[in-house]
Amino acid sequence: MRLAAFDEMLPEVSGLRRPYSAYDRWLKEQDPARLTEKMQDAERVFRKTGITFAVYGEQEASERLIPFDIVPRIISGNEWRRLTQGIEQRVQALNAFLDDIYHRQEILRAGRVPRDLIARNEAFLPEMIGVRPPAGVYTHIIGVDIVRISEDEFYVLEDNARTPSGVSYMLENRETMMQLFPELFQKIKVRPVENYPQLLRQSLAAVRPQGAKGAPTIAVLTPGSFNSAYFEHAFLADQMGVQLVEGQDLRVVDGHVAMRTTEGYKQIDVLYRRVDDSFLDPLTFRPDSALGIPGIMDVYRAGNITIANAPGTGIADDKAIYSYMPEIVEFYTGRKAILGNIPTWRCSEPDSLKYVLEHIHELVIKEVHGSGGYGMLVGPAATKKECQDFAKKLQAKPSNYIAQPTLALSTCPILTEKGLAPRHVDLRPYVLVSDRIQIVPGGLTRVALKEGSLVVNSSQGGGTKDTWVLDD
Amino acid sequence: MLLGRTANGLYWMNRYIERAENMARLVDAGLRMALTRTQSASEEWNSVLLSAGSDAAFKQKYPDYTAANVSDFLLRDTSNPSSTMSSIETARNNARMVRTALTRETWESINEAWMSLKRMLARPIDERDLPSVLDAIKRETALIRGSFYGTMLRNEIFDFSQLGTYVERADNTARILDVKYYVLLPSISWVGSTLDNYQWESILRSVSAHRSYRWVYDADYKPTNIADYLILNVRMPRSLTFCYRFLAEHLKFLSDDYGERHACHATAEKTQAMLKAGSIKDIFDAGLHEFLAGFIRDNTRLGDEIAQDYRFY
Repeated sequence: MRLAAFDEMLPEVSGLRRPYSAYDRWLKEQDPARLTEKMQDAERVFRKTGITFAVYGEQEASERLIPFDIVPRIISGNEWRRLTQGIEQRVQALNAFLDDIYHRQEILRAGRVPRDLIARNEAFLPEMIGVRPPAGVYTHIIGVDIVRISEDEFYVLEDNARTPSGVSYMLENRETMMQLFPELFQKIKVRPVENYPQLLRQSLAAVRPQGAKGAPTIAVLTPGSFNSAYFEHAFLADQMGVQLVEGQDLRVVDGHVAMRTTEGYKQIDVLYRRVDDSFLDPLTFRPDSALGIPGIMDVYRAGNITIANAPGTGIADDKAIYSYMPEIVEFYTGRKAILGNIPTWRCSEPDSLKYVLEHIHELVIKEVHGSGGYGMLVGPAATKKECQDFAKKLQAKPSNYIAQPTLALSTCPILTEKGLAPRHVDLRPYVLVSDRIQIVPGGLTRVALKEGSLVVNSSQGGGTKDTWVLDD
Repeated sequence: MLLGRTANGLYWMNRYIERAENMARLVDAGLRMALTRTQSASEEWNSVLLSAGSDAAFKQKYPDYTAANVSDFLLRDTSNPSSTMSSIETARNNARMVRTALTRETWESINEAWMSLKRMLARPIDERDLPSVLDAIKRETALIRGSFYGTMLRNEIFDFSQLGTYVERADNTARILDVKYYVLLPSISWVGSTLDNYQWESILRSVSAHRSYRWVYDADYKPTNIADYLILNVRMPRSLTFCYRFLAEHLKFLSDDYGERHACHATAEKTQAMLKAGSIKDIFDAGLHEFLAGFIRDNTRLGDEIAQDYRFY
């Protein structure tokens, strides 16, 4: 089944869209053979610099490249302004929700979000009740996944409020494009994304603990070089000019978290952690975790370290909570959500479950706690047997699933052997929260490289594109 | 400021780059001997494996000493942790771990060396290709060294890297000498039969010094000169004295920077002083083998002390 999708460059009805006009002019002057060559150049650059990720579950724990497409995804200044308003509002609401959930729980008292959904949720950390993080920020770095359906319809597909990844690809994609096509950037004014690492560093410094004197010491915490996103962890630490640490480098010394240096232990004030909550502190969470730091939660509760993002932020981006986001945004900002949600059926509700089972072949069904495109069913693309098997899983544990209509995600052309061809895309802009909210103009455009496919996840054969926000 | 774990990664990254190259050099010297003196080839390959510290492991795996077996084991066998392939793999894993401490050029040269050697060493090496494979290994490690020296800031990161390089190199040179010490002993021959000449050249070749030797000493090979060159010569980049000059220098940079001296400083300075004061005659009089065994032991201890003093673990 093919969905009639809105193409962001060449929609069928109206012809070439304006944001792409300058690019299109340039493209028409190019020799196709040269473009193919550039495509190969790009792959060489990525492999050489080691921008790779490991794929879990593959026999050979090998490093793979995320395929990169050289046709940029272009967003006009106006479109971007609209998006950022919606994103800012949403991010404010997410932080307000987290503060509320771990304190007075007004939203539960008001009956806008069912109490059950919180209390029985693994992403809710009772250890965080009553804890107020430095500067009152819970989720400092957020990736909001956005899809487009038509000229004017944007929806939030998912909020990533824990440890969103992919920002290094945003930066390297731009770097690569500038290397491959310097003349394009002279012709077209594209807003820069390169300062993201500096903004991140400033943003992290701004939320340091009250007691931190002078310039705070910041570090990035990685699970280690075998983690699938290790490249990104190293990249960000490098670009920010801060230490890249592992759990084995850290311990609690005199009520502070400190790292083992060649000159002894040095205090850390802000930890940008890229390990999951449950691995953070073996004394508080998983006792078998070797990735974390025993006692860090005590230091945190005493206000002596900033952990970004705060533990327990997962309760805000849980897929079951997602369906309540319109209510959540309205509850905390007092205004209707500027960016809408995709209609979502909560399978825990009997009426919804009935509907979902009846329409399984039309819907996308996701695990509430899953991520990365694993454990989901794309109804229209699945065989009858796959649908039947999935229905059984669904009936066995309905509360584990949500369902959404299969949307005709917008497409953007990619360069194939046979020239340009449309492929479905989504967009993940990156948001930084400190005493202010900052959104870098751009983001990570993920593209489903297989014709007709709607799954853009890199672990499932998706690729990426450079994302241009025009300075117009 | 540098993490102890990062210092450890830098140290071992450089030890393994050095090792990857030394393996190629050893095979190169062995190959030359085997080609010129086919009747005692297996004995020569045995020495090569002893110098590489891999003889026992080799014998468990292979029935006999042939060029194909030894080069396979020392260059491409990933079950041998010191083979060129294993070494470059370990060097790269360490480089990946300390990536933030390296310049882009240095990281890329290591990554590219790993990619190209992985491709080249994927299948058994045809004997006809062996010379070009050995050249390629030396070229790749030379490129790493070139980007490293050309782009790295001379700070503590550089110091810990150099410590790894020179501890490994000193160990390697001492082992090569120790395996062949008997052919350098005066009791065997002062004259130098054809056989001895081959042996002596082989020693020099395994540290890539067979040409430069002639620039420094007489055209003829003399065992005392060879030993002098590899142990005491200040200008010869693989001699023990040269290695210790740099070990002491980089350790001093660290103690100046950090304002703190450790056990490793005393150990390195003691060895350096011993090398400075000694003459090759003293060394031969006291016993070359005893000298080398003692050196290897102290050098290993220095490595352990560096790890402990700078909180590698």
